[in-house]
Amino acid sequence: MSQEHNMRRVTAIRNGTVIDHIPAGQSMRVLEMLGINKGTSVPVSLVMNVPSKKMGTKDIIKVEDRELNQNELNRLALVAPDAHVAIIRAYSVAEKLTIELGEEIVNVVRCTFSNCITSNLREPLAHRLKVFSRSPLELRCHYCGRPQDLDELANNVL
Amino acid sequence: MPGLITMDDLSNEEILSILDDAERLLPVAKGDHYLPLLQGKILGNLFFEPSTRTRMSFETAMKRLGGDVVNLGDVKTSSVVKGETLFDTIQMVDGYTDIIAMRHPRQGAAQYAQDAARVPILNGGDGAGHHPTQTMLDLFTIRQAHGRLEGLKVILAGDLRYGRTVHSLSHALTRFGCELIFASPELLKMPRDIVTDLNAHGANITETEDLLSTIDTADVVYMTRIQKERFADEDEYTKVAGAYKLHASNLDGCKESMIIMHPLPRVDEIHPSVDATRHARYFEQAFNGVVARMSLLCRLLNVEVPASIGGEA
Repeated sequence: MSQEHNMRRVTAIRNGTVIDHIPAGQSMRVLEMLGINKGTSVPVSLVMNVPSKKMGTKDIIKVEDRELNQNELNRLALVAPDAHVAIIRAYSVAEKLTIELGEEIVNVVRCTFSNCITSNLREPLAHRLKVFSRSPLELRCHYCGRPQDLDELANNVL
Repeated sequence: MPGLITMDDLSNEEILSILDDAERLLPVAKGDHYLPLLQGKILGNLFFEPSTRTRMSFETAMKRLGGDVVNLGDVKTSSVVKGETLFDTIQMVDGYTDIIAMRHPRQGAAQYAQDAARVPILNGGDGAGHHPTQTMLDLFTIRQAHGRLEGLKVILAGDLRYGRTVHSLSHALTRFGCELIFASPELLKMPRDIVTDLNAHGANITETEDLLSTIDTADVVYMTRIQKERFADEDEYTKVAGAYKLHASNLDGCKESMIIMHPLPRVDEIHPSVDATRHARYFEQAFNGVVARMSLLCRLLNVEVPASIGGEA
């Protein structure tokens, strides 16, 4: 099945953001990380488990009338670091954005360990998670050093 | 070196050099020689959790070297109960002192304090995280007994899950090529992420629930208390309390040179009958807290320890 066919599973969008190459099954977490939920009013299309030459299977999300900003991209790096992001304007790709998982993720999510010093949200220093391993993804808190529960991180978005 | 938060802040060479300094400072720690190397310097003791040995040995270390100490005092009567953040507390004490020793119930508090402070922070224990100054005195005690750190067989027993002393110590011992036996009840096993890290550094680890099966080949047996205060559930504590009780009669086939250590306080994991054996080292270990911390205070305050003290070369 061709790449083109995958993209046509849902209607082409006029303006907005297409997130492609999301690891299969991760699209729901991507939506959570982006804060897209039942309160979201713009149209959102989601395709799961479609064939991919590069990944075997993958998920795709299309969000209409919304362009992801850098902060949102940083959040995406936590659950789909290799995803491709395209900003669509007037049915054409206006920009291709690259998600780069840096050495550290600062002030995007807070540590998932309940006894970490940063669990007191009145503490003013930045929330910092270090990238300990990229594949498989392992993040550790700069302060307490604990490995992060990636499933729980979506609940800790700042 | 800004402060000492985990043992990763020290290279093996630095560890050995700090232990060498500590060795030379022994007559000063014992009060046989007065050496005011830290005159004019002030240590801030910030203990947000109960402490006897760590707090007192820091205070003794500073005073033996001619320095002074200011204490946070009882947390219940400080600004902490009014809701002051750690950041704000550190900003204040940072202005009052030259160096801070800190213990805090939350993990990561020491690193957080170091990021907030200009003066060096000495981590005196952060939750179930690290306790590197304890590790330095433990290493000092081991080297004092065996003349080396390399290649020893060390049993760490008891609460390996919440025991911050064994977390820091196991990292250091791995770096010196020691063989480690982790003896603990299933519920209190060493955290998986720590075991993974140790293995990544080439550790030689055996995990067991049986303390006594390997004791006759050990060079060091490091006992720890099952810490009631770390359990949210009293029933869980009751299940494992008293899991290991070392009695003098258990030591018959042990190596003569084997030493038994404990960060103290003990409850019932080491029977008093062990105290009189040649193996007991926990009280010397507690004393060594003074000399190891003297050496660390000098190192972090960039004060050189003389090559000869009290006429000794």
